[in-house]
Amino acid sequence: MAEVDLIIIGAGPAGMSAAAFAARGGLQVLILDEQPHPGGQIYRNVAQNRSKRGFLGQAYAAGTDLVDALDHPHITLLTGATVWRLDKGPQVTWSRGAKSQTTSAAHVLLATGAQERPVPFPGWTLPGVMPAGAAQILMKTAGMLPKDAVLAGSGPLLYLIAAQMIDAGSPPQALVETQTFPQMLSATPHLPRALFGLPTLRKGLSLIAKIRKAAVPRYTAASGFHATTTESGNILFSFRANGRDQRLTCGLLLTHQGVIPGTHITRAAGIEHYWNAAQGAFQPEHDLWGATDQPGLHVAGDGAGIGGAEAAASAGELAGLNILCQSGRLSSDTRNQRAARARAALFRARAIRPFLDAAYPPPTDILAPSDNTIVCRCEEVSAGAIRQAIREGAQGHRQIKTSLRCGMGPCQGRMCDATLRGLLSEGKASQPISPPRARSPIKPIALGELAALSPPQEEPA
Amino acid sequence: MNVASRFRTLPETGDRVQFTLDGAPASAPAGVTVAAALLAHSGAWTRQTVKGAPRTAYCMMGVCFDCLVEVDGTPNTQACMTLLREGMTVRRQTGLRDLNGGHCG
Repeated sequence: MAEVDLIIIGAGPAGMSAAAFAARGGLQVLILDEQPHPGGQIYRNVAQNRSKRGFLGQAYAAGTDLVDALDHPHITLLTGATVWRLDKGPQVTWSRGAKSQTTSAAHVLLATGAQERPVPFPGWTLPGVMPAGAAQILMKTAGMLPKDAVLAGSGPLLYLIAAQMIDAGSPPQALVETQTFPQMLSATPHLPRALFGLPTLRKGLSLIAKIRKAAVPRYTAASGFHATTTESGNILFSFRANGRDQRLTCGLLLTHQGVIPGTHITRAAGIEHYWNAAQGAFQPEHDLWGATDQPGLHVAGDGAGIGGAEAAASAGELAGLNILCQSGRLSSDTRNQRAARARAALFRARAIRPFLDAAYPPPTDILAPSDNTIVCRCEEVSAGAIRQAIREGAQGHRQIKTSLRCGMGPCQGRMCDATLRGLLSEGKASQPISPPRARSPIKPIALGELAALSPPQEEPA
Repeated sequence: MNVASRFRTLPETGDRVQFTLDGAPASAPAGVTVAAALLAHSGAWTRQTVKGAPRTAYCMMGVCFDCLVEVDGTPNTQACMTLLREGMTVRRQTGLRDLNGGHCG
């Protein structure tokens, strides 16, 4: 017997939006999120920042409405709750305050969002090198501004963070961008479609204008990233751009190459995944409502395929409506009628993606880095060692993992799976590579906590 | 530990929390994570790998596990997922992750 109607894993835009629609439709909803506050990464601490940190911008502040909508008698929000197991039923096992418990529900929505794509190059493990999104989290949660930073990589988030730093009075020292002119040209056929997302396109242009106005030096078509530490602890960043070797000394090197779906939970749940070539990432199969091939499991938001915060909120609404329909609270006709607005919004929000994906692709020397680059940060496995294992016959993530411990550390492959795939696919364009397996516990858990867990009711596996 | 912080903390009003890092007193604004407090305190490493390589908080969202430190005697604590509390004892970790607790020497 289900204890609640719907468990939502992840309180980002998709999860929050789904919760509000499901609760208003009469369902009892439990939302679990790892972080201390709802919002996900995009709207992190948005409700705590209502009257401060205005440099984060209006698009960020818009997230407060989603957080406020969680204040509903049918919604229970538990923060600091880490889901580490998902069983058929569905049943969700999660840890909070060093104690684990299992809750069953008629429906589970997986809305666990994205992570930044790993950006490996020699020196990326040094203190002082960090993802740009991580620095943005520090701006949102602690009012900490990067000092004397270089932003390096590509993609819209790089421009947004540069603009936020400018508005906060701590502009970046330089922008080192990897996208090339031919890549921009190849993206132009997608521009007509992107016009459906005109406000987003305009916003992007205004960010670039702001960066120009602040006279932040920009390098484009940059490659060959390399970082070392100086005696005083600064980062010496070298790269190639404009046909020359370039060197910059900075306090912080903030890198970014877009985001990829976090798929540990969807893979562990047995949902079929496919390779999205345009976005360079695996994502779970789902229908237009977010329903998957596993009974009772829906997906929504960036964890189901990268679309951004607005697309995530719309996808959450669609999943919420479909779950209401499956619960007998809405007829399929009413569901379809009420979905029209969210579907149109989802279309508009996604319209710009093909352009962005083509214009800002991760460069090949990041996808498959040089031999002296650490690929697996946890177990300190280099790209050279992995290439050697591949030459010796290792096939797929599992054999590399078994022979080199690559992906066997506490991050469970979150920081190396994508790069490992890049190395495995070098020179083998046509050969499909299956997604690596993910198994419970999908986040590390203390043995004592596992032992203290009362055995769940027997369910056939 | 004499590397200056790589961040400038906005002068916002609010309470401050006292904690110790490897026995030395430190403080940070209330409501931040241990990882944010450590990054505001210094630009130096907070963990050394098995091979002795310096690391500190990286992803800030619970994904990479490079921010592992010992908090109030519990090793392998994700600093970026732990809110700083008054009087916390934080220690940097070196070498192998220890099963039994306590920082490895």
